[in-house]
Amino acid sequence: MNELRLRPRKLDIRNGRVDLSHGAGGRATAQLVEEIFLRAFDNPLLNRGNDQAAFDVPAGRMVMSTDGYVISPLFFPGGDIGSLAVHGTINDVAMAGARPLHLAASYIIEEGFPLADLQRIANSMASAAREAGVAIVTGDTKVVERGKGDGVFISTTGIGLVPAGLDLSAEFARPGDRVILSGSIGDHGVAVMSKRSNLGFETELLSDSAALHELVAEMVRAAGPSLRVLRDPTRGGLAAALNELAQQSGCGFLIDESAIPVRGEVAAACELLGLDPLNVANEGKLIAIVAPEAAELLLSIMRRHPLGHESALIGQVTHDPQCFVQMTTSFGGGRIVDWLGGEQLPRIC
Amino acid sequence: MRHIDEYRDGTLARAIAAKIAGEAMPDRHYQFMEFCGGHTHAISRYGIEDLLPPNVQMVHGPGCPVCVLPIGRIDDAISLAMRPGVTLCTYADLMRVPASGGASLLKAKAAGADIRMVYSTLDVIRIAEAEPCREVVFFAIGFETTTPSTALAIRLAHRKSLTNFTVFCNHVLTPPAIRAILDTPDTAEGARVRVDGFVGPAHVSTVIGTKPYESVSAEFRKPVVVAGFEPLDVVQAILMLVRQVNDGRFEVENQYIRAVTAEGNLIAQREIAEVFELRAAFEWRGLGELPASALQIRDAYADLDAERRFALETVSAADNPACECGDILRGLKKPAECKLFGTVCSPESPMGSCMVSPEGACAAHWTYGRFRDIARAASTQAAE
Repeated sequence: MNELRLRPRKLDIRNGRVDLSHGAGGRATAQLVEEIFLRAFDNPLLNRGNDQAAFDVPAGRMVMSTDGYVISPLFFPGGDIGSLAVHGTINDVAMAGARPLHLAASYIIEEGFPLADLQRIANSMASAAREAGVAIVTGDTKVVERGKGDGVFISTTGIGLVPAGLDLSAEFARPGDRVILSGSIGDHGVAVMSKRSNLGFETELLSDSAALHELVAEMVRAAGPSLRVLRDPTRGGLAAALNELAQQSGCGFLIDESAIPVRGEVAAACELLGLDPLNVANEGKLIAIVAPEAAELLLSIMRRHPLGHESALIGQVTHDPQCFVQMTTSFGGGRIVDWLGGEQLPRIC
Repeated sequence: MRHIDEYRDGTLARAIAAKIAGEAMPDRHYQFMEFCGGHTHAISRYGIEDLLPPNVQMVHGPGCPVCVLPIGRIDDAISLAMRPGVTLCTYADLMRVPASGGASLLKAKAAGADIRMVYSTLDVIRIAEAEPCREVVFFAIGFETTTPSTALAIRLAHRKSLTNFTVFCNHVLTPPAIRAILDTPDTAEGARVRVDGFVGPAHVSTVIGTKPYESVSAEFRKPVVVAGFEPLDVVQAILMLVRQVNDGRFEVENQYIRAVTAEGNLIAQREIAEVFELRAAFEWRGLGELPASALQIRDAYADLDAERRFALETVSAADNPACECGDILRGLKKPAECKLFGTVCSPESPMGSCMVSPEGACAAHWTYGRFRDIARAASTQAAE
């Protein structure tokens, strides 16, 4: 009667696909979780196998953030949905000046999704989390019928701890504060677009997807209370992030187009597609708003960090009841930098 | 970027701007119309107005193909897309254009219509070949710039004997629109638009050349300077227009010599002539019905014409009565002078044609230039 204790046959990761049984909560689900996720994430809190992770918390202010990832294509130059789901949520936590502690991850997988791709994504998440020093301590897996998802959707939640005395929030921006950007804009969006089937242009460009919490820790150490706001300009790009900050703070911004770093490949791709780099997404950049007297120091600290070595002072906060984000163009004129009405659509002529 | 950055050089721009300021006669007011949305976009995007002296002003013309497409034709496209078995392929910037009753292609797509955004007419051919059970319709719009690629697709489909591919043709012509602006009868207030000259189309002229503007320029005694879409092109064209006005000349000049010739692209013109013929009349949003201002598919390619295959009968639909797009497109009013501007009409929920595409006069002013209205209002208030 040995077969009663037989373990199910190992997952055929090379050729197998996710089917509805993997989401039914039975043995197949347990096997999927064990052979793909537990093996990849491997940490003591997760390995206890409970529906939640239990841990002690240090005293102080905690932050919590959650984000859903639905990117297409799932794999792109410089990353994939897995690394993005780790970096993105770590960054949301870090923008409060916090040190990220733990992540939770939830998957919605479409029936028929190749197990090999799922494993590749899980491994990529695991290595992104390990590099960042943040463990994925709990998670969930669901499977939806074919046609009801787009391969895989991932949602990650992160918690972190804010250093004592630090409170970063958009409403603290005040006229005269300086605006620093940690590097070139548009790399992520253009790298992803280059792999979309109906565009398919050749570029060497990689997504800038990266966890920024170590850069943030350096910045907090250096500028401390002079730091007012941090924000990562993701979806909607620098333009959307600055407009959000303007609305939240009740101030305006004046930025200088020629000070904003844009890679040649990004500028060229945007030119071709009729897009504006200011509206293109980033996944490894941040905007810092800082008191004017601390701007130079902060800039030099940021430039010493590998994720901030192209940091630039791009403008300042202005008194403006209209909350306009204005820009001096490199051509010498002035213009507004506005939100996009909807998705950025290429122009035809 | 080589061959791009050279045309965006701020130092050179200021040097040309200084010449404009020096040569424009202080006691004279200069008002030029840039016909194309591409120029409107460049003027707003680079803040060119800030470089011009106060007596040299630009008014934005109707050359935005998305903006001038009448509501009735978008209604047609939506009703086509809603038919079972039909796949409608379109350039992306048509997706949000408002149609009757608050509809749009974007909303139709959300409601289940099979609408796909394409970058090239050849993508449409590929879709038709890959999905022979679908009726694949290409929603063709644009001035002479995009017409050759539609012609090419029609010829290719014809050669391949594709039976599930058709084109819903909305291609329009530039010279008749320029004529219509100059030929507008005086309005009730007696305010015929005063345009001292035109910055002529860039991409359109690469196809049709500079000759087609000559008769309009001579008849109405207005200078035309064909210019590229880069900001330096525009500034240089303005200087050339100022000089023509000062000299009392009304010639067709070519600033965009790196791309445009007098004859244009003869191969493209041949392709267009092979497939298309003049339509008796076509409705332009904001300008109304204009005779001989658009193209239709020739009988030889009738089986590839969506209007015939699906027996479309366009019903004209009116814009919001408070919308000033007609006057704005003719240069009679500025965007901020429309009551709807920025109140109920914005790029998020456009009411009129000028707000629908980033190249439209109102959308460009809203997106890039509306801070000037605040400054203007403040200085008027201070003066009072």
